[in-house]
Amino acid sequence: MTLAPLLAVVALLYLGLLFAVAWWADRRADQQRSVIANPTVYALSMAVYCTTWTFYGSVGRAAGSGVGFLPIYLGPTLVMALGWFLLLKMIRSAKANRITSIADFIASRYGKSQLLGGLATVIAVVGVVPYISLQLKAVSGSLGILLQQPAALLPRHDAAQPFFADSTFYIALILAAFTVLFGTRHLDATERHEGMVAAVALESVVKLVAFSAAGLFVTYGLYDGFGDIFQRAQAVERLRVLAGSLAAGQGYATWFSLTLLAALAMLFLPRQFQVAVVENVNESHLKRAIWLFPLYLLLINVFVLPITLGGLLRFSGQGVDADTFVLTLPVAAHQDALALLVFIGGLSAATGMVIVETIALSTMVCNDLVMPLLLRWTGLAQGGARDLSGLLLAIRRGAILAILLLGYLYFRLAGEAYALVGIGLISFAAVAQFAPAMIGGLYWRGGTRDGALAGLSAGFLVWGYTLLLPSFAKSGWLPASFLTDGPFALGLLRPQQLFGLTGLDEISHSLFWSLCANLGAYVVVSLRRPPTAVEAGQARLFVDALKLSRPVGVALWRGRADSGELQTLVGRFLGPERARAAFAGYARRHGVADPATLEADADLVHFAESQLAGAIGSASARAVVASVAQEEPLSPAEVMEILDEASQLRRYSRELERKSQQLEAATHQLTAANARLQELDRLKDDFMSSVTHELRTPLTSIRALSEILRDDPDIPPPERQRFHTIIVGETERLTRLVNQTLDLAKIESGNAEWHTTEIDLKQLVAQSAEATGQLFRDKEVALSLELPERVPPLLADRDRLIQVMLNLLSNAAKFVGRGGKVTVRLAETPEGLRVDVADNGKGIAPEEQQLIFERFRQGGGMTDKPAGTGLGLPISRHIIEHFGGRLWVESVPGAGATFSFVLPRAAVGQ
Amino acid sequence: MQGSILRGPRLVALFLAGCLLFNYPVLALFDRPVELFGLPLLFVYLFAAWFGLIALMAWIIERRRD
Repeated sequence: MTLAPLLAVVALLYLGLLFAVAWWADRRADQQRSVIANPTVYALSMAVYCTTWTFYGSVGRAAGSGVGFLPIYLGPTLVMALGWFLLLKMIRSAKANRITSIADFIASRYGKSQLLGGLATVIAVVGVVPYISLQLKAVSGSLGILLQQPAALLPRHDAAQPFFADSTFYIALILAAFTVLFGTRHLDATERHEGMVAAVALESVVKLVAFSAAGLFVTYGLYDGFGDIFQRAQAVERLRVLAGSLAAGQGYATWFSLTLLAALAMLFLPRQFQVAVVENVNESHLKRAIWLFPLYLLLINVFVLPITLGGLLRFSGQGVDADTFVLTLPVAAHQDALALLVFIGGLSAATGMVIVETIALSTMVCNDLVMPLLLRWTGLAQGGARDLSGLLLAIRRGAILAILLLGYLYFRLAGEAYALVGIGLISFAAVAQFAPAMIGGLYWRGGTRDGALAGLSAGFLVWGYTLLLPSFAKSGWLPASFLTDGPFALGLLRPQQLFGLTGLDEISHSLFWSLCANLGAYVVVSLRRPPTAVEAGQARLFVDALKLSRPVGVALWRGRADSGELQTLVGRFLGPERARAAFAGYARRHGVADPATLEADADLVHFAESQLAGAIGSASARAVVASVAQEEPLSPAEVMEILDEASQLRRYSRELERKSQQLEAATHQLTAANARLQELDRLKDDFMSSVTHELRTPLTSIRALSEILRDDPDIPPPERQRFHTIIVGETERLTRLVNQTLDLAKIESGNAEWHTTEIDLKQLVAQSAEATGQLFRDKEVALSLELPERVPPLLADRDRLIQVMLNLLSNAAKFVGRGGKVTVRLAETPEGLRVDVADNGKGIAPEEQQLIFERFRQGGGMTDKPAGTGLGLPISRHIIEHFGGRLWVESVPGAGATFSFVLPRAAVGQ
Repeated sequence: MQGSILRGPRLVALFLAGCLLFNYPVLALFDRPVELFGLPLLFVYLFAAWFGLIALMAWIIERRRD
């Protein structure tokens, strides 16, 4: 394999590609077409959790303890099940308070305390430095292997070598330059880095692909699948124990404490906080991450044990460091392309971690460590330089470089004493110290600033004493007697058997004592005094993060300020242009044309503070705003009052909302009822005009004929007789009309009398046919009956049903032509008893088939209006429906019409 | 973020189940020199239980409604 030049070119090309992806994603973000607003990208960016520790170190760990590498991934899996509560709450409260780092989070939660923010920053930096050195060690190791093959060992570091001749030093510098380019090109008020997230998500894919490729090659290329590797391992006593048992390297206590440690690290590592909380675009993305991220962890671990066993079998007795198996196995098999891919995968794992971690740490160092000191010493907020945004960027860039150099320093001092995982675990134990203050801060209102300070300090000190110092001692930087005999030969204080506690591995031992000290101090000191006003207010914002719809921070400020000064202040840190735009936007939202005339009320002060919080952290923002605004302190009682007021207001507004919804529903019902009433009113008017019209027609003819009879005595008797007949007929029609109108009105109003008896429908139909027989014979219409033998009895009103039958039969007689044919059928159907009255008249047009059941609408059109009142069918329909049946018509124009009704068997009149 | 009101409690139950499955003493039940499909029992158990847990998490979180 051609060596250094090729490697350098490939590595630089890859870094260039990452940079291009980041640049592209940043551009897209500026165009409001974010590429990272995607749940899968979010889940993949979380996989920055998998660093070279996972990529190279898991195999090394497995070589010592079998499945003992797994708790590091089971812990995060379990914590993701709780992510629905924990992460969501962290995201909500971070967004509501414009929090940009974990130190900012803790400082903000406990009353925007600068001291607390600074302490958290120190812990994060010191704690994570070993982790960064791990990445340097892994990258320089992998480079060394590719350059020095076939002597495939992690190169022993030569302590005598000056740093400028050490390639690791240059790797650190390149990574620093790369990170500066990535993360600090411009200052963002929300501290979000879309380009970085996109690049990290891509790197997650690359490292998974590279590791799986190596795993597939070892499992199926060098050996014959999983079963084959495990079978061969069975033959070797040591490997048999390693592959199939926990007892090989560690006990259940270690297993448990590693699971816990990894779970806490997953939440509180600065880079995990950065990608999971700060860079979260949309909290619904959490849904997919909850299962996709653990799935990623599972996939990247499937091949760890096969690679370990394969390496141990192949390199048995050659002294190859198991941390390098992922790379040395392909190299030993002369798979150059695969080796290169693995190298790129390892580089991905390292750069992803270093970029996100140092950016997160540099934000903390700038906002929570350097800014407070600068503000205190130089009065930066009042005068001096007009635009401080350049200074902020410079501080961050310097911090990135310093952190990487610290990592390199640790690598020189202590890196050789540990395997990769061992170094990483030291960092895990450090960030676990954030757990009491963070989790307590999210769920317990009683935690105070003093409690958090005491807990963090105590935990950090114990961690340093039991893990960090021993790591120096093991490297020979401190005397070895420090470990074996304790400081000043005090045996009880031996750092890895503190107070004589033995039987635990060093990580579990340190975790136990440091968390005891941390949690104990946090709780005890917090309980010494009740929270102050500011603490209580902030506690409310975090503990109730899932309940608050709008931050109540605004209400917790009272005092005087000047809007011009505020804008100038924000401009110093964000740049005057950005500040002007921000204030103009604020003014627009509040309906004010000129930002200069804005009233500097609590709302505006809060706005300015939150703008600054994005750039310099909440604690510093509060301090600089206080320098231009005269705040009147609130007493705890006042704070509680405001908070209560706020919650009461919320309650009232919810109540109001509920009431207004009810009101709206009632209005709807009223509108519907009103429409119905108007419709009924219209129907009544129609009815009245129809009735009067119908009454007037016979009356007119009666009156006309009567007047002729009165005025003209000379009318011949036959003519007089005819007139009298017409008058009598019209009078009868009038009587019928009045009767039927009354009848219909009674039925419709529900006042009709019903005499329900058991009736035989067959007999009733026959009787009706007989009664109308003369009518049919007069018109020479053939009436035929088709009746079954017998039908079950019905409960109904006999006279009313006869009325219906007579109506249907007389209608048929009326509309069928001379010589026509009418058939009456009675049949039993599933629905009930059915009666059809079919004629072969001219039929009813489809558009009329519904109209004829309305009052005064008669079939046959206006020209040849037949005799009748137009009320028969409506009344019949009402009667049938009263007994639960239905009445309808089927007709084909020209082929007759069939009127049918069905009465249910169980019909019972009310 | 709407969803079934049972989603939260279900995930908590899953978390507790996971804590049980991946710790002593349940773990000790599988920590014995027995083979399954030619693979060590502990290895098979850990990955199977892990995968089952993830599948359940996905099911709980992604299902549309009850």
